[in-house]
Amino acid sequence: MTAATPTLTREPGAAGRRPARPRRVVLHLFLGAVALGWLFPILWAVLTSLRSYEYTAVNGYVSLGGWTLDNYVTAWRTAEFGKHFLNSAYITVPAVVLVLFLASCVAFVIARFSWKINLVLLGLFTAANLLPQQALLIPLFRLFTEVPLPAFMSDSELLYDSYWGLILINVAFQCGFCVFVLSNYMKALPYELYEAAMMDGASLWRQYWQVTLPLCRPALAALATLEVTWIYNEFFWATVLMRTGDKFPVTSSLNNLRGEFFTDNNLVSAGSVLVAIPTLVIFFLLQKQFVRGLTLGASKG
Amino acid sequence: MSRPRTRAEYLARLVPPSVAGLNRRSLLAGAAGTTALLGTGLLAGCGSDSGGSEVKTVSLGSNQSDPKPKEVVAKVVDGFQISSGLRIAVNTVDHNTFQENINNYLQGKPDDVFTWFAGYRMRFFAQRGLASDLSDIWNLLAGYSEAFKKASTGDDGKQYFVPTTYYPWAVFYRKSVWQQRGYQPPKTLDELTALGAQMKKDGLTPIAFADKDGWPAMGTFDILNLRINGYQFHIDLMAGKEAWTSEKVKKVFDTWAGLLPLHQADSLGRTWQEAAQSLQQKKSGMYLLGLFVGQQFSNEEQDDLDFFTFPEIDPAIGATALDAPIDGYMMARRPKSEANARKLLEYLGSKEAADVTVQNDPATLVANAGATTSGYTALQKKAAELVGSATEIAQFLDRDTRPDFASTVIIPALQQFIKDPKDIGGLLSSIENQKKSIFTD
Amino acid sequence: MSDLPPIHADRAAPTPATATPTDGRGRRLRLLSRTDRVVVTLMVLVPLLLVVGLVWLPATATVVLSGTNWDGIGPLDEIEWVGGRNYSDVINNYPPFVPAVQNNLLWLAALFVVATPFGMYLAVLLDKEIRGSRFYQTALYLPVVISMALIGFIWQLIYSRDQGLLNAVLGTETDWYGDPDVNIWAVLVAAGWRHVGYVMLLYLAGLKGVDPSLREAAAVDGASETTTFFKVVFPVMRPINIVVLVVTVIESLRAFDLVWVVNKGRNGLELISALVTQNVVGEASRIGFGSALATLMLLVSLVFITVYLATVMREDRR
Repeated sequence: MTAATPTLTREPGAAGRRPARPRRVVLHLFLGAVALGWLFPILWAVLTSLRSYEYTAVNGYVSLGGWTLDNYVTAWRTAEFGKHFLNSAYITVPAVVLVLFLASCVAFVIARFSWKINLVLLGLFTAANLLPQQALLIPLFRLFTEVPLPAFMSDSELLYDSYWGLILINVAFQCGFCVFVLSNYMKALPYELYEAAMMDGASLWRQYWQVTLPLCRPALAALATLEVTWIYNEFFWATVLMRTGDKFPVTSSLNNLRGEFFTDNNLVSAGSVLVAIPTLVIFFLLQKQFVRGLTLGASKG
Repeated sequence: MSRPRTRAEYLARLVPPSVAGLNRRSLLAGAAGTTALLGTGLLAGCGSDSGGSEVKTVSLGSNQSDPKPKEVVAKVVDGFQISSGLRIAVNTVDHNTFQENINNYLQGKPDDVFTWFAGYRMRFFAQRGLASDLSDIWNLLAGYSEAFKKASTGDDGKQYFVPTTYYPWAVFYRKSVWQQRGYQPPKTLDELTALGAQMKKDGLTPIAFADKDGWPAMGTFDILNLRINGYQFHIDLMAGKEAWTSEKVKKVFDTWAGLLPLHQADSLGRTWQEAAQSLQQKKSGMYLLGLFVGQQFSNEEQDDLDFFTFPEIDPAIGATALDAPIDGYMMARRPKSEANARKLLEYLGSKEAADVTVQNDPATLVANAGATTSGYTALQKKAAELVGSATEIAQFLDRDTRPDFASTVIIPALQQFIKDPKDIGGLLSSIENQKKSIFTD
Repeated sequence: MSDLPPIHADRAAPTPATATPTDGRGRRLRLLSRTDRVVVTLMVLVPLLLVVGLVWLPATATVVLSGTNWDGIGPLDEIEWVGGRNYSDVINNYPPFVPAVQNNLLWLAALFVVATPFGMYLAVLLDKEIRGSRFYQTALYLPVVISMALIGFIWQLIYSRDQGLLNAVLGTETDWYGDPDVNIWAVLVAAGWRHVGYVMLLYLAGLKGVDPSLREAAAVDGASETTTFFKVVFPVMRPINIVVLVVTVIESLRAFDLVWVVNKGRNGLELISALVTQNVVGEASRIGFGSALATLMLLVSLVFITVYLATVMREDRR
């Protein structure tokens, strides 16, 4: 697929050299085709969401016409997206803040000291992230119904059916991954920083809070992006550990658009687009940070 | 995104100009702000009716999440709120999630009153003490036939359920298509087969069929078993008392295998809506489904929809039993305000509540015979007559047997049968073996 | 949520072996002030309690429950022990089990043989400083941002037999999601679609971290681009390779949402995770039996997790 050209046959791909044009064209054609292929299913869903069910039911989806924004209006109203977006925020934002804080604490200890127990810790945390969720449901449900909460924290007066419970379970599940990433990142920081801090008589907490954390900002930003996406998209725990429909996060309220007997695909498409928007926005906003955060933590060989 | 060239450069980039400075502070301020904001939300989002206990509020857990039924529930509840002065907090959870979480729901903190179905599972919850005895309410209710009372009764002879609506399963067709071709509703299996053959000749798919979701095929099994072996055998089979390897069950599957060529092909990837649309678009001749099939037809087409009950197979058994699942309400084991919950249930079972339902929901039938049914469509009237004349009413396979058996054994088995109808013997012994490991007590 | 660790440690930093006396990190606890000791303990203990209490304890309880025939209702002291019967039932008396294992393996193979190399290849292409790279990256990465449940639905619009795009365009009547011989492949396309973007991103990060002088040196030696990649760059990225390997394995094992959205993991789409859910989560409530399935799943996960961690630890000590 690489077109050999007369201008450049000696050292293909030598760094810094400008490759010949036809090769570039082929590369762009290939990447463009792949990118389109990757975008297509999403675009198709967007397209579907913009058409009326009456039209597509009669004419099929491979047709033109029936354009409308009604699906969005209906979806927003039927599934009460406004309320549920807020619920998602109640769960996602505290959970992400908390998971980053707790994970960075553990990661700091693991990176700052080299005790034997660090390996065990790292293992316990990382492995917890990899266990299948379904396997833990029943014991967790029992546990949640046994833990009381004061009424001002949740009207269920239990961890079950409360935002607190969902926040905690998300934090517990995601902690391992963040500890893993952050401890690796922190290990890469020059140890001299701590020596200097200790000379100044900085306590361990200040070393963590004022020296290490600020340096980890790229990694924290990258992790924040990922964690927002994952916790936001999570709906398994939400549906099994909650019982009040009004408290469900937006991902599970999408189910309200699927009827008991009847499902309007165009309407669900509109709902899906709405649900995906926040993660897309966050991704676009933090895209640069994101790749950089991952890059800096990555291996230099 | 350029990469660092040297180690020094790399380290230098790690240390921002203001290590403990402005950036972090503003970041913290931002975080604190959000936390505060969310804190209020978290607390406020919960509160509501806590505190003022012995309460004028009754909570109602509802699986009626579709717009239309949801509206009907709201209207019914409104009527009660006005007449009683009590407040009803409706907790709507989408149908699927509600059903899947029912065990946890009832053991957690269930709503005082909740929607459920008649059948095995209702009796099971009653037996396990997860629902309250409603016999006293039944003394106050009027307008229910003995069949409905029986369907609301637990194994101990007490009532645990207030029925509100139901819908029958039957074979639906479009009158216009049948008139045009001169088809007649079949009275026997042979007539059905002959009709199917004729439809094939006429370029129609005789019987629309879909089983992607696993449950529609249960309807076919139920009606064949009811016609071939009768109601009592069907219920005993569902209760695990009869062997699936018996000749009787084998005959059901043999008959079904004979009918399969008349069914729409590739049913395992099709939802019932898509199958119903083939009926609506006059590509299929008939469709065995619940009354809700009408939802796939426009208002003008409703009058064109008609049905007949599945024809007789064995003259000794006849064709008078059918599936007609009943929906209704139950009361949780320890409701927060029991007296008011009972008042609500009594109202839900009343003629008034049924009248509100009839006026607002054309897709269902009300259980209370005292209700004013002049608002029924022709189809609804005929459906009510069909159920009224039935000698026995089954609730549908997944409501008549253990849910673990229905969902983890029967669904895969029926799909396997549809995929490969030849090895009936092997399939049935596999079902029987699994049944033995599930029905242990 | 079913996603895993990118990233790896920077082993170039001065992290000599634990025992080295000059190692500043080897501080003993007693060298810390009392406040510092309290702080350290709290920093570890709080998160630890959370993870142990909410993940490891329930996991242990699941293993215990797999020896019972509990139906999930009623007090725990009424639970009846049945020993290993659930396990023998899973293997001998549960037709969906074997297809589920096969499908999980197929899933692993497809992601490993097709999606992962393709993602890596795209990362190599995008690592060159070309115009529009950010657009390509974004396009490839978008599916990763969307939840699996949405992905299942989005592809349904394409695969639906009677209303889908694919049959309309091809003029076929293939039952993509329903035909048990076809549907696993259809779903794998969707899963691979997402996995490629994920792998691409991980390798992109890895490639950016590779010291450019390595490549320059290889180029000077006259090595071709391909040779350079396989002989020089790829081995250097070993930590990322391991992460990708494990991500792929765990994704294949934990794959769930996609088939659940399509048909609840039945009729050709059986996966172990879906079977666990059918038995445990829904109305079915075969807690003991489902727990046995879950335990098998845990065991397999643990094998991979152990291998992964052992490798990570070894790297750490290097």
